[in-house]
Amino acid sequence: MMKLDEMQKRLLLEVADLHAVPEGAYNIRANSQSAGRQSTANIEIVPKTEVSGLEIRIKPGTKNESVHIPVVMTQSGLKEVVYNDFFIGEGADVVIVAGCGIDNCGNQDSQHDGIHRFYVGKGAHIRYVEKHYGSGSGAGKRILNPVTEVYQEEGSSVEMEMVQIKGVDDTERATIAELAAGARLVVRERLMTHGDQRAISTYTVHLNGEGASADVVSRSVARDHSYQKFDAKLVGNAACNGHTECDSIIMDQGRILAVPGLEANNVDAALVHEAAIGKIAGEQLIKLMTLGLTEQEAEEQIINGFLK
Amino acid sequence: MLELRNVSFQVDADGQDKEIIRDISLKLPEGRLTVITGPNGGGKSTLARLIAGIEKPTDGQIFFRGEDITSWGVTERARAGIAFAFQQPVRFKGLQVLDLIRIASGRQVSVSEACSYLSRVGLCARDYIGREINASLSGGELKRIEIATVLARGAALTVFDEPEAGIDLWSFQNLIQVFTDMRERMKERSIIIISHQERILNTADEIIVLRDGRVAAQGSKEDVLPGLIGTTSAIGTCRALDSESGGIVE
Ligand SMILES: Nc1ncnc2c1ncn2[C@@H]1O[C@H](COP(=O)(O)OP(=O)(O)OP(=O)(O)O)[C@@H](O)[C@H]1O
Ligand SMILES: [Mg+2]
Repeated sequence: MMKLDEMQKRLLLEVADLHAVPEGAYNIRANSQSAGRQSTANIEIVPKTEVSGLEIRIKPGTKNESVHIPVVMTQSGLKEVVYNDFFIGEGADVVIVAGCGIDNCGNQDSQHDGIHRFYVGKGAHIRYVEKHYGSGSGAGKRILNPVTEVYQEEGSSVEMEMVQIKGVDDTERATIAELAAGARLVVRERLMTHGDQRAISTYTVHLNGEGASADVVSRSVARDHSYQKFDAKLVGNAACNGHTECDSIIMDQGRILAVPGLEANNVDAALVHEAAIGKIAGEQLIKLMTLGLTEQEAEEQIINGFLK
Repeated sequence: MLELRNVSFQVDADGQDKEIIRDISLKLPEGRLTVITGPNGGGKSTLARLIAGIEKPTDGQIFFRGEDITSWGVTERARAGIAFAFQQPVRFKGLQVLDLIRIASGRQVSVSEACSYLSRVGLCARDYIGREINASLSGGELKRIEIATVLARGAALTVFDEPEAGIDLWSFQNLIQVFTDMRERMKERSIIIISHQERILNTADEIIVLRDGRVAAQGSKEDVLPGLIGTTSAIGTCRALDSESGGIVE
């Protein structure tokens, strides 16, 4: 593959499951440079001129195509803000794989702030997968502050899968969505923090049109001294359905704050929030130990299953 | 195979010592099916937990295949060949039935082999193998998955705590078949079943009645069963059905 070193290739595999150049449209960003880009007949990727970032235009009716836009950083001390705008044409049905991997062996912080905006046309459907991963033994932190804005037109549907399992020291994630009539948003977030990491995730979802629905579910594990905050707010401005759920396991000296927020501005808005935080149930550990696992092995199995 | 020597178990209940198991001594030879019965609260589940190592006796010793395992932890005992099907199975968010069967068998069993354990407890394997062991499973389904998991262990000593609880009557026949099959195959293995069901008591080589933490009776089913029939320690299937359907229990 292109101009990537071994470490960059490894990161690419972690965040985008890529062994080689992906099929379809892609842009691979390595240490703030484009290491490869390809548009297709239906998906056009154009770099922005004013700020760094891309414009990704997907033609109406495009089906079964994918866009990969992974980011890898291996140079310590790099700080960047990237603006990517996605314009998804009416009736299109595509998979978008983003993701960012940082390897920091130096003493300076490395930071990637990705601002992603999605304009989803009528009846379009996207699946968006975003994985975050950090590695490297340097004292410099690995910092990721993603902002995701989603504007959904009538009858569109967006599924987002956000995963951050290892190595990111500090994250502030903000997700904002506005849904027109009949639009549907499904978010599945999986998060594990360890060491002294900190992760904050804030969602604000406006259900503006009749029949709009949102389902935001976060499953997380906080280990060691790490801290997490999950702040999910749903605003129902029409006859709509909204559900948020935060389900968390705390271990060691981990701390978690879950902030439910529901705002109903219409009598037919049905909004539900669920939150549960607790340590691994003792009986779950004991059950797996009676099957021959050690306590540590049992813990790993329970967490892996929980975050699967 | 298993020996309990003067085993007692005491807990601290509201500042007072409460003796749940009182000086029990038992010998269970190899290749036997032993059924433990007795009134609610008699100490049956506690005894099972002591055998599995989940609780430690406050007095006495436990031997397994000639070794003193009194101080061994749950994992060590499991690895030595003790399996335990819980009275109330545990739910896990995220873990799937296949995961649990693989953990239980200690290897990456094939999907078809995993399915064979589910079929033995009367579950249509295809529908369950990928299911999460979470709150979406019914009580009876969960109970059968628990039994299938323990079958997958293939342990030298298997303890089932009220395996019939929550299992419908049609499947009950199946369940009896599971135990009689295990019994046929076992030769050098042992099974302990904690149960109140007459038909399960009928499969026993030996019956132990536990009451107030003591062995109240012990012997072959020919000796012990007649004294139990009609008491709450041996519920006939029809009477159990009566009480389930809200009918009158004499
Ligand atoms: N940790 C504990 N603290 C206090 N009391 C306990 C504890 N564990 C068990 N007990 C008590 O010990 C007694 C025996 O309980 P156990 O669960 O062993 O009974 P059992 O014979 O299995 O009953 P069942 O037929 O209802 O399942 C009960 O009275 C129970 O309340
Ligand atoms: Mg019991």
